[in-house]
Amino acid sequence: MARVVVDVMLKPEILDPQGRAVEGSLRRLGLTGVSEVRQGKQFIIDLEGVVEGARLELLETLAAELLSNPVIEDYKLKVIEDLA
Amino acid sequence: MSVRVGVVTFPGSLDDRDAVRAVRIAGGEAVALWHGDDDLKKVDAVILPGGFSYGDYLRCGAIARFAPVMNSIIEGAKTGMPVLGICNGFQILCESHLLPGALIRNDSLHFMCRDQRLRIENTSSVWTSEFSSGQEIVIPLKNGEGGYVADEHTLDVLEAEGRVVARYLEVNPNGSRHDIAGICNERGNVVGLMPHPEHAVESLTGPTTDGIPFFTSVLKSLVSA
Repeated sequence: MARVVVDVMLKPEILDPQGRAVEGSLRRLGLTGVSEVRQGKQFIIDLEGVVEGARLELLETLAAELLSNPVIEDYKLKVIEDLA
Repeated sequence: MSVRVGVVTFPGSLDDRDAVRAVRIAGGEAVALWHGDDDLKKVDAVILPGGFSYGDYLRCGAIARFAPVMNSIIEGAKTGMPVLGICNGFQILCESHLLPGALIRNDSLHFMCRDQRLRIENTSSVWTSEFSSGQEIVIPLKNGEGGYVADEHTLDVLEAEGRVVARYLEVNPNGSRHDIAGICNERGNVVGLMPHPEHAVESLTGPTTDGIPFFTSVLKSLVSA
C-alpha cells in the first residue's frame, strides 16, 4: 500500500479572497501578529501496490493537469510508502 | 439550410434551456448535446452554458473539461469551429486551455447577481460581429467565481491583440483584472463570457434584448462562410 499526498496552493501572485476572509476572522478572534493567510487543498490518494515509474509519472501529470490548474496554482506531490 | 448550434448539457448545467431558446429566437436550429457523448451531431457551432457542472467540485469547470464531449469540442475549436462559453462555460474553456487565464472566487466573496452594463470592445469575433464597436449593453450577470485573472504578459497580449471582447462598466462585480467580462482566442472563434446574453433575448424575462446579437453573429458568420 502507498499513499500519495498532493498539496495545491494558489500561486503567490494570485489574490486569495478566502484566505483573506479567514485572516480577518483570526484577527477578530484575538490572534495577534497575523501577516497573511493562504488557503489551499490537500488530496490524499491511497493506492495498492508501489508507486514508481510510469505510475508515478501519471500521478505527476494528473496532479499538474487535473488536481491543480497550472495557470493559478502550484502543487507538491509526496509519496508515502509502506502505509499500514 | 439552417445553422445547427449545439448546446451541451453537463450534470449541473442550469442555463442550457435558455441557451437553446436564444439560438431559436436568433433563427438557428438548436441541437442538444450530452456531456457523456463525444458525437457533436454535425453541429456548426457549440455553446457551453452556465451552471455548476459537476457541482463545481475540484475547481469550476475542471471536471467538465475531461468529459467525452469536450474532446470533440476542443478538436473542433482548434480547427475553427465557433465555441461560446458562458459563465461556467467560460470556466470550462479556461480549464481546457482554449482560452488563457482562469476565473477565481469573486474578490468580494459574495455571489453577484445583477443587471450588468458592458462595453463590447471586439466586433471581429464570430460571436460579436453584429455589435457595433464600443456598443454598451445591459445583460444579467450571476456568478460566485467570476474574477478573471491572468499573468501580466497574458493581459498585455490580450489588450494588444484586441482580444478583450467585453468589459464591465460602472461596477467591476468580481474583481476581474482590467474589468474583463469576456475574451476570445487568437482566431476569434472561441469566446468566453462571464455575463449571460442568453437571459437577455426576450423583453418578458430579460432586462433587455441586448443578448441577441451574440447569437445572430454566429449564425450570420456561418451562413456567409
